Amino acid sequence: MAHSSHKVPTFVVAPPAELEREPLVHNQRSFSWISDKIAGIAEGKTPTWWWIALGISLVGMLTMFGMIAYLISTGVGVWGLHQPTAWAWDITNFVFWIGIGHAGTLISAILCLLRQRWRTSINRAAEAMTLFAVACAGIFPVVHTGRVWYALMPGFLIPFPNANAIWPQFRSPLLWDVFAVSTYGTVSLLFWFTGLIPDLATMRDRATTKVKKFMYGLFALGWTGSNRHWSNYEKAYLILAGLSTPLVLSVHSVVSFDFAVSQVPGWHTTIFPPYFVAGAIFSGFGMVLTLLIPLRSICKLEDVITTRHIELMCKVILATGSMVGYAYGMEFFIAWYGGNPYELYAFQNRAFGPYWWAYWTMITCNVISPHLFWFKWSRTKMWFVFLVSIVVNIGMWFERFVIIVTSLHRDYLPSSWDYFHPTYVDIMTFVGSFGLFCTLFLLFMRFLPIIAIAEVKAVTPQADPHHPMGGAKLGGAH
Amino acid sequence: MSTAARPYALLAEFDNPASVMHAAEKIRDAGYQRWDVHTPFPIHGLDGAMGLRNSKVGWFTFIGGTSGFTLGMLMIWWMGKVDYAIPVGGKPLFSPIFAVPVAYELTILLGAFGTLFGMFFLNRLPKHYHPVLKHPRFRNVTHDKIYVVIENADPKFSETETRRLLEHVGGQHIEVVED
Repeated sequence: MAHSSHKVPTFVVAPPAELEREPLVHNQRSFSWISDKIAGIAEGKTPTWWWIALGISLVGMLTMFGMIAYLISTGVGVWGLHQPTAWAWDITNFVFWIGIGHAGTLISAILCLLRQRWRTSINRAAEAMTLFAVACAGIFPVVHTGRVWYALMPGFLIPFPNANAIWPQFRSPLLWDVFAVSTYGTVSLLFWFTGLIPDLATMRDRATTKVKKFMYGLFALGWTGSNRHWSNYEKAYLILAGLSTPLVLSVHSVVSFDFAVSQVPGWHTTIFPPYFVAGAIFSGFGMVLTLLIPLRSICKLEDVITTRHIELMCKVILATGSMVGYAYGMEFFIAWYGGNPYELYAFQNRAFGPYWWAYWTMITCNVISPHLFWFKWSRTKMWFVFLVSIVVNIGMWFERFVIIVTSLHRDYLPSSWDYFHPTYVDIMTFVGSFGLFCTLFLLFMRFLPIIAIAEVKAVTPQADPHHPMGGAKLGGAH
Repeated sequence: MSTAARPYALLAEFDNPASVMHAAEKIRDAGYQRWDVHTPFPIHGLDGAMGLRNSKVGWFTFIGGTSGFTLGMLMIWWMGKVDYAIPVGGKPLFSPIFAVPVAYELTILLGAFGTLFGMFFLNRLPKHYHPVLKHPRFRNVTHDKIYVVIENADPKFSETETRRLLEHVGGQHIEVVED
């Protein structure tokens, strides 16, 4: 044939064994195996455990809504808030949930720009986690105003012409937060949906009932896998990743401005933006692991979410956990070195005051526990990783609690110093938010492909047209 | 309704990315215009093999982003300084510094909308009807098969010549897609 230059080489010198990379999909799985396996999770019979888990989550979610109804009908006095601790669990929960979302965007956007191909197995579930975490987070700042009709009324948060003819206060970081969080939620949804379009088409083409075919088809927008479409799609996906990267860094920076722009000792520090972003990614990876380790074992996804994926996530936890530990140390150093007696007192009070137990819980969970991941054993034992991921979640909740409550509970007037006690409404609202989160996640895994099918196919060896095995020979067999 | 269905295109099936890549190069070199390769996942290098230019989505992002930033700055200036000024502690009624976070977020928000809707516009999506979607084999396009589709509307199209070309480049199950 004339086109001998295109001939696929039949033999290449294999790289030495120690340079061989572990494949991203184990057992040389074929394209058809990947779609059958992943789409099959949403297509099969609804398992009993799913109904039980959904029942428990719904109880939690309804408890939360009940507590919120009680709060709105009665007032914020049903929480343990008082002066000087006017922010406590509400804003702790807000920062906790919004921080969890950040790992999803890191995986989907930043790892995409860095060409980390292992992200393809975990990005869909992590992005879903982001959306649901942002939904949980958004509730707290709205309800903590007590009179939510003011918070939701056009003109106070959203610039909208209103009867009072006033506009939002653009000089306040709290308003910047409104824009940051709502942009974050919206762009995450757009990005997630963009990634879903080809997989919704897969679900459409596999659908067995008319209703399913219609619903998946409706949202697949008539996707035909055309390469002319892929060309624009890939560019749009890359640009969305490029937009989400500065977005995710700005969101937690703006959240940290809620504190850093104020004059409260313990809050008024310039280290807050990077420190909050590192902490957010740290906590988010904790939550990704908490969700994915049971998921991969229940859905038998060990060939797609491999031990290597889990190990890499542990390494991200180790890196961001070390940054968080450094920030804790640097905060203390600057409190002493800065020579401001109020600042120094705020930090001494954190570690050795009445909230010493919260501070040392935070240090144990966030500074000590990630360093277990220096050892390969602890990165590859799934039950152990799962345990540490929960410890990280606990630690990061305590970090926000420590920052907020210990800085507020002793203000400049010692006669008003007090100790914050949560009420049952505080506790049940927070516990209930996990119900909302889990309900949304369970619905997601029941109706949508939990792993990006098209993207995983694209990182298999047989997907590369220049691969010496050129397709069907190595695992591409059907 | 007994109107005979008009032929829309010829469809050929391929098994793996390497073979369709070479097929695409030959179809491109044969001078076809209205043809496409449908794949379950993006195949790197196929754009070049099909002779596609760099995507124009970035322009829509740019338009969205710049309008987001401009609108954000104008909004904050007009609302806080012109329409309803509230002096607080001698702080300026408008400054580009405190306006940055909101204008920045709006840049990204409108940039993202521009990107997504720009992609929809360039791809003419949503488009829930397409002749190829009716073809019984075509449902494997989102599974594990790759299809080359050459439209009858192509100026170079000829039932026999095009079929021969598709056979020559290794296409299997060459069938007519009806409109």
